[in-house]
Amino acid sequence: MKTKPEDLTAVLVTDCGSTTTKALLFERGPDRWRQTFRGEAPTTVEEPVADVTVGALNAFSEVQELSGRRILTDHEPPFCIRSEGSQEGIDLYLSTSSAGGGLQMLVAGVVGNITTESAERAALGAGAIVMDAVSADDAREDYERIERIRHIKPDIVLLTGGVDGGSMQHVVEMAEILVAAAPRPRFGDTLKLPVIYAGNKDAVSEVQRILASFAQLVVVPNVRPTVEREDLAPAREAIHEFFLSHVMSHSPGYDKLMSWSPKPIMPTPAAVGDIVARYSATSGLNVLCVDIGGATTDVFSVFKDKGGTPTFNRTVSANLGMSYSVANVLLEAGAGGIKRWLPFEIGESELRDRLLNKMVRPTSIPQTREDLFVEQAVCREALRLSLEHHRSLAIGLEVGREKGIADVFRQSSERYELVDRMNLDIVVGSGGVLSHAPARMQAALMMLEGFALEGVTQLAVDSIFMMPHLGVFSSVHPAGAYEIFENDCLVHLGCSVVPVYPPSLTKSCVLAEVFIDGSKVGEVSSGEVAHIPTQSQGEATIRVQPSRRSINVGGGAGNVVERRIALGECGIVCDGRNRPVVLAADTAGLQNKVYRNLGLLS
Amino acid sequence: MAQAFTPALTVTSRQLLRRRRELPIPGDILVKLGDVVSAEQTVARAFLEGELCLVRVAESLGIGPAEVEGALQVGIAADVKAGEVIAQVRGLWGLFKGTVVSPISGTMEFVSQSTGHVGIRAAPRKLELSAYLAGTVVEVVGARSVVIEAEVAFVQGIFGVGGEQVGTVQLLNLDPTTKITEVNIPDRAPGAILIGGHSPSSAAITKARDAGAVGFITGSIDDRALRDYVGRDIGVAVTGDEDVSMTLIITEGFGSLPMGQRVWSILRSLHGARASLNGATQVRAGALRPEIVSLTPADSAEHVTGSCGTAGLVEGAKVRLIRVPFFGYTGIVEELPHDLQQIETGAWARVLKARLDDGRVVVVPRANVELV
Repeated sequence: MKTKPEDLTAVLVTDCGSTTTKALLFERGPDRWRQTFRGEAPTTVEEPVADVTVGALNAFSEVQELSGRRILTDHEPPFCIRSEGSQEGIDLYLSTSSAGGGLQMLVAGVVGNITTESAERAALGAGAIVMDAVSADDAREDYERIERIRHIKPDIVLLTGGVDGGSMQHVVEMAEILVAAAPRPRFGDTLKLPVIYAGNKDAVSEVQRILASFAQLVVVPNVRPTVEREDLAPAREAIHEFFLSHVMSHSPGYDKLMSWSPKPIMPTPAAVGDIVARYSATSGLNVLCVDIGGATTDVFSVFKDKGGTPTFNRTVSANLGMSYSVANVLLEAGAGGIKRWLPFEIGESELRDRLLNKMVRPTSIPQTREDLFVEQAVCREALRLSLEHHRSLAIGLEVGREKGIADVFRQSSERYELVDRMNLDIVVGSGGVLSHAPARMQAALMMLEGFALEGVTQLAVDSIFMMPHLGVFSSVHPAGAYEIFENDCLVHLGCSVVPVYPPSLTKSCVLAEVFIDGSKVGEVSSGEVAHIPTQSQGEATIRVQPSRRSINVGGGAGNVVERRIALGECGIVCDGRNRPVVLAADTAGLQNKVYRNLGLLS
Repeated sequence: MAQAFTPALTVTSRQLLRRRRELPIPGDILVKLGDVVSAEQTVARAFLEGELCLVRVAESLGIGPAEVEGALQVGIAADVKAGEVIAQVRGLWGLFKGTVVSPISGTMEFVSQSTGHVGIRAAPRKLELSAYLAGTVVEVVGARSVVIEAEVAFVQGIFGVGGEQVGTVQLLNLDPTTKITEVNIPDRAPGAILIGGHSPSSAAITKARDAGAVGFITGSIDDRALRDYVGRDIGVAVTGDEDVSMTLIITEGFGSLPMGQRVWSILRSLHGARASLNGATQVRAGALRPEIVSLTPADSAEHVTGSCGTAGLVEGAKVRLIRVPFFGYTGIVEELPHDLQQIETGAWARVLKARLDDGRVVVVPRANVELV
C-alpha cells in the first residue's frame, strides 16, 4: 500500500464502532479530495461472530457495490491495490476503533487539581474513557480507594504524582494502593496489568520495585514536571502504544485488521480530536465540537490560552447519551430539567417511562413530533452537562515565574477556565440526534440552548459522522483530510447571536442590531428568540452592534463585533434571553413561542 | 444495513441451551463430562487471593518510614489476628507506648521503607460456582470452566434487576392484564418465582420479597416502584449486581403493559417447575437480557419461538410496536414498502404497514417493531 500523500488517489477508511462499522471511500478528484461512497454493517466483535473483520468486510462490500469500483479480492490483505492510472482498487486502508467499549483507563495522582488532573487530560486526549481518577488528597480513605480500584477492570492505568524533585512519599503510596487493589486487566486475564508511570522522576526506581511483580510497567517523563508546566505528549504516546499492543490485539479479529493497514489503528476519539485540532490550527478559530452518542458524549475544544497558544482539550462524559445512557441524563438533569425545553406539557411519570423504554430498546426512533422533541430536550441536557464537565477539565495554567513551595498551596490562582463561550467562533455537532435531526433548525436550537451559547457563534453539524475517518486520514494526508472536512463533512447551519446584559435591564428593549454585508437585517430584543433568514450558502460579513454600553455581544461590553461567517439554511438565530437562561414556571408556553418563532411548530 | 428492525427477545418452549460456567482464576472442576447436574450443584471451586490491607504504621506511631521495621512486633510472613499488636514504640522516657493493631486477620506481607506502610494479606476466599442450568456436562475446559447443556423452556425479559436465583415457579392467581397489588401476593412464598400480571405496586413487590420469593416476573413496572425496590434510580442499563434478595424481571417495558401472550403461555406451563433466573441486563453491543430457564415440561408439545433468526421481518409476521404512539400494541405485518418514507417527525425512515390486533392499520418505522 502507498502512504506518500502524492501517491494517493483512493483511500478506504473504517471506523469500527461498538454497534456499527462505517466504511468511507475518499477519492482525489480533478480539483480536490472528496468523500464519495459510504457503506456500513453491524460490528462483529461480539459473539457469535467474534471477529471484527467480518463486519469490516461487509462494510467494504457495500462500498464496492455502491461505487462500482473493485475494492476486494479473495487473498490477504483482502484489497485490490490500485495500479498507476487505474480506476480500480485502493491505495491505502486506514481504520479507527471504539469497539468493545473503547479504551478504558484508571488514572491516579497525588493532588487532585494538579497531577491527577493532568493525568486525566493525558488519558482523555489519547481517546480514553476515564473510569475513575484517584488522588492521594481526595476525600476517600485508603480502603475506599482500594475497594473502588478493585472493582474497575481498566485496560491501562496511568500513575502520576509529584513534581520532579519534590516529595516521593505520596506517589509511592499510590503505587502501594494500586498493588493492594490489584485491579485485573479487562483483556487477557493471564497478562500483567499495563501501567504507565508519569510522575516524579526521583520515585521511578521505588515505583518500579513496588509494581514489578504486579504490572507491566512503562516509565515516561512526568506529566507535571513543575506545578506550572504540563507535558502530556509522552504519556499519550505510551497510551497509544498500549492501546495497540494490549487492547486492540486482544479484541477479536484485530490482529488481522491491523495487518491490513500500514498505519496504526487509532482510538476513535483520538482521531476526532486530531481533525478538530487541525481544523482550529488551519482556520485560526476557537472550536467546540461535540459527539453525542447512545452511551457517551465526547466534547472537544480548542481555545487560545492567556498566552495566545491554541490549547486542545477533550473530555468524555461516559454516562451521558441518547439511548443506553438516556436514563442517566434523566437522573442527572431531573425530569424538570428536561421538561423545561419542551413546547408542550407532559406528565413526569410519562416522561420517565418513555425514557426508560428508550434505554431498554435503544434502536427505536421517534415517530411523533412530540416524541422527537422529548429526545431533543434530553439532548440539550446531555450537552449542558457534558459541557459543564468539559469546562471543569479544560483548564489553563498560568505561565510565569517558577513557583516556590508556598505557591503550591495557592493552586486556585494558577488555573483558569479555557472555555469562554463569548470567544467561541464555531460549534460543531455530531451524532445522530444532531446530524440527522429532521430539521436543521432543530439541531441549531439544541446546540444554542444546550451549550447556552453567547455572543456570535457559527453553528455546524457533521454530515455523516466522518470526523474519525478524517482524523486518521489526516495522519497521512493532512491537506486532503482538511479539504474533505471543509467541503463534505461540515454542514454550516448559520450563526447565533446572543447578547449578554446586566440582570437589571429588565425592560423589554432592543439589545443589538444585526447587519449582513453592511445592510441591517434585524434586531435582537430582550427575552425574545427570532430568526433572520439569509442565503443558505456562501460567506458574509456579520456586524452586531449592541444598543447600550452595558451589553456584550462578544467583543466586550458595548463593543461592536464584526467577522466573516459561513452562511447556512438556519440563517441567523437571535436569542435575547439573558444568560444563564432561567425559564419561568410556564416553560411550555415560553418554549412554544420559541419553537413557533423558529418555524419548528408550523 | 440489512436489518432495520429490533431483533426480538428469545421466547421459546423448547430449545437446546448451553451455558458456560467459568471461574475467574484456575481452580478445581468438581464434575466430569456426562455428569447430570442440578441447578444448585457446585460444579467448580477456586480460592481467590485474600485482600491486601494497608496499615499506616509510621503515620500512626509518628515515626519515620525507616524506623517502622524496628517497631514491628511481628515478622514478615507471620500470621496475625485482628486486634493483635503489630508495631509498638516507647515514647517519652519509655513510659508511654504507642501501638498499632492489625485491623484484619491475615499474613504480614510487606513493610514499605518509603512510606512506612505495612501490608497484611487476608486469608484466601473460597469461591464456589453453581451449575445454574440443570442439565448435562458436555465440556470441561482445563481448570477454568464447564459447559452445561439442557433442553429448556427459555424466556428473555426486556429488563431485570438482581442476580442468579433458582426457585419454583408459582403463578399468581390473576391474568396478565391485571395490575398487581398487595392482595395478589401470597403471605408466604419461600423459594418461589412469582409470575403474572403487570405494574406491581411498591407494596406488592415488598410483600413478595418479604414472603421469601426469590424471583418475580411480570409484564411491566412503573419506574417509581422500581426505584423503591432497588433503593436508587437506574441510570444506565447495566444491572445484575443490585443488593436485592429477589430477582425482578419485566418482559415488556416500563409503564403499564400486560405480559405478552406468548410469554405468558410459556411461563404458565412452568407452574410448579424448578427454574433458574437472572436479572442481569446489559443493553449494549453484545446485549445481555434477563432470563428465566426451566427444563422443558414433559407434556410440552408446542414449539414456539420468538427468535428472529430464521424468518426475519416478512409480510404476515407478528410484531410488537415498541414506541409511542402505538407502544405495546401487537399486530401483523401487511406491507413492507421498499422506499424510505417520511414520517410525522419529518425524518425519512424505512417503514412497514401493520394491522393491529384492534383492527387499525398503521404505518410505523421498522426500527420501532420487534418480532414476537
